[in-house]
Amino acid sequence: MWDRNQMAARAADELQDGWYVNLGIGIPTLVANYVGDKDITLQSENGMLGMGPFPFDGDEDPDLINAGKQTITELSRTAYFDSATSFGMIRGGKIAAAILGAMEVAENGDLANWMIPGKLVKGMGGAMDLVAGVGRVVVVMDHTNKYGESKVLKACTLPLTGRGVVDRIITNLGVFDVVEGGLHIIECAEGVTENELRAATEATIV
Amino acid sequence: MKKIYESAEAALVDVLIDGMVIAAGGFGLCGIPELLLEGIKQAGTKDLTFASNNAGVDDFGIGILLQTRQVKKMISSYVGENAEFMRQYLSGELELEFNPQGTLAERMRAGGCGIPGFYTKTGVGTVIAEGKESKMFDGQEYILEEGIFADLSIVKAWKADDTGNLIFRKTARNFNPPAAMCGRICIAEVEEIVPRGSLDPDLIHLPGIYVHRIVQGDHEKRIEQRTVRERA
Repeated sequence: MWDRNQMAARAADELQDGWYVNLGIGIPTLVANYVGDKDITLQSENGMLGMGPFPFDGDEDPDLINAGKQTITELSRTAYFDSATSFGMIRGGKIAAAILGAMEVAENGDLANWMIPGKLVKGMGGAMDLVAGVGRVVVVMDHTNKYGESKVLKACTLPLTGRGVVDRIITNLGVFDVVEGGLHIIECAEGVTENELRAATEATIV
Repeated sequence: MKKIYESAEAALVDVLIDGMVIAAGGFGLCGIPELLLEGIKQAGTKDLTFASNNAGVDDFGIGILLQTRQVKKMISSYVGENAEFMRQYLSGELELEFNPQGTLAERMRAGGCGIPGFYTKTGVGTVIAEGKESKMFDGQEYILEEGIFADLSIVKAWKADDTGNLIFRKTARNFNPPAAMCGRICIAEVEEIVPRGSLDPDLIHLPGIYVHRIVQGDHEKRIEQRTVRERA
C-alpha cells in the first residue's frame, strides 16, 4: 500500500517533460516535490503560470497566492494573467494535465469532488472548468472512504463535477485507466496483489 | 474628464442604488476592492447582488456587507471561510448562485464585450447544466451561459494613471479585469495614481476606457493563508 508521498510520486510519473500542469489541493500539491528533472510549468488558476514554492518566513507577499489562497513565490519563467485568460487556457485545452483529488470516481470516468448533499457546500471553485477542459485528468485519492467502502464505483452517488472526464485513477492500492466498459488495472501498489485490488474495488474491472 | 475622486465614499455617492448588481474583483482576499466595499457599507445600500468569486471572510471583504445584511444574492464559485455567509444562506436570508470559476470569469468578460451568451463544456452533465440550453458542436455537448451585465464594477489595481489606465500586481489581477469590463460604471481603487505618460503604454493591463472613476488609498491587503518554508 502506498502512503501519501508514494501516491504523489507515482502521480508525478504521469507528467511529461514540457507540460503545463494544474495541481489540486491535498495530495496533488505534493506531486510538485517529485517531478525531478522534468521541465514542468505549474499553473495556478487564479492567474499564474510558473508557480514557485512557499516563501521563506518574512517574504510573504499578499499579492502572490495560489488557488488555495496560500502565499507562494514566482520563478524566472512566471507569467501573470487575469481569471478569464486563466480559464481560457484551461477550457481551451492548453493545460496538458490536471491532477486532482476526489470523493468518488466511476468506471465511466465520472468524477465527484465538490459537494455532499446535506453537508456544508462551499462551491466547486475551478474544478468543473479544469476537468472539462484540460488534456488529461488524473485523480489521486484514497481507495476507500472512512467506512472502508470503495470510492472507485460503478456509478457516482454524489453530484458530479464532470461527466466522463477522468483518464487515470491513482489510489493507495493501485493505478487504473478508464477504458471502454470499465477500468483497466495498470499497476498494483507495493505489497498489494491484483486479487486484493479487485476485491477492494466496486467498479467493473476489464 | 476628471476621473480621480478623493475617497471611495465620494466616488460611490451618486452611483449606489438599492437592488443593484455589482461585479467585484478579487480572489479570496487577494486584490479585493477593500476601500470601495467599506464605502458601500458606510452608504448602507441594500438588497445588493454581488458577482464575485468569493464572499470574503467574516470581517473583511464582502463579509463586512453580509454582517450589515446589505447583500441579497451572491454569484460565486467558492464561499468557504465565512461563517456569517453560511448562517445567512442556511437560514434562507441570502440567495446563492454557484458558477464554476471559469464560467463566472467568462460571463463577466463576455458581458463587457457585448456578448450576451456563450457555449461552454464546463458543467455538462452536472447540476450546473440543469435548466440551461445545450447544443452539440462537432459531436460534443456544450451548455449556454449568459454574459453578466453589472450596474457597477468595483475593482482593485496596483497603479493607475489619471486617465484610468490600470496595472495590476502579481496574482492580485485575478477577477479584476473581467469584473471591471462588465459594469456600466467601473470604479477602481489603487495603491498609487501616477501622471499620464509614466506607465509604459505597452504594459497597460486594462485600458482606461473601462475605468470611469479612480480612488487612491491605503490598503490592508490581508493574507488569508500565510504559508512559509523554513530558511535553509
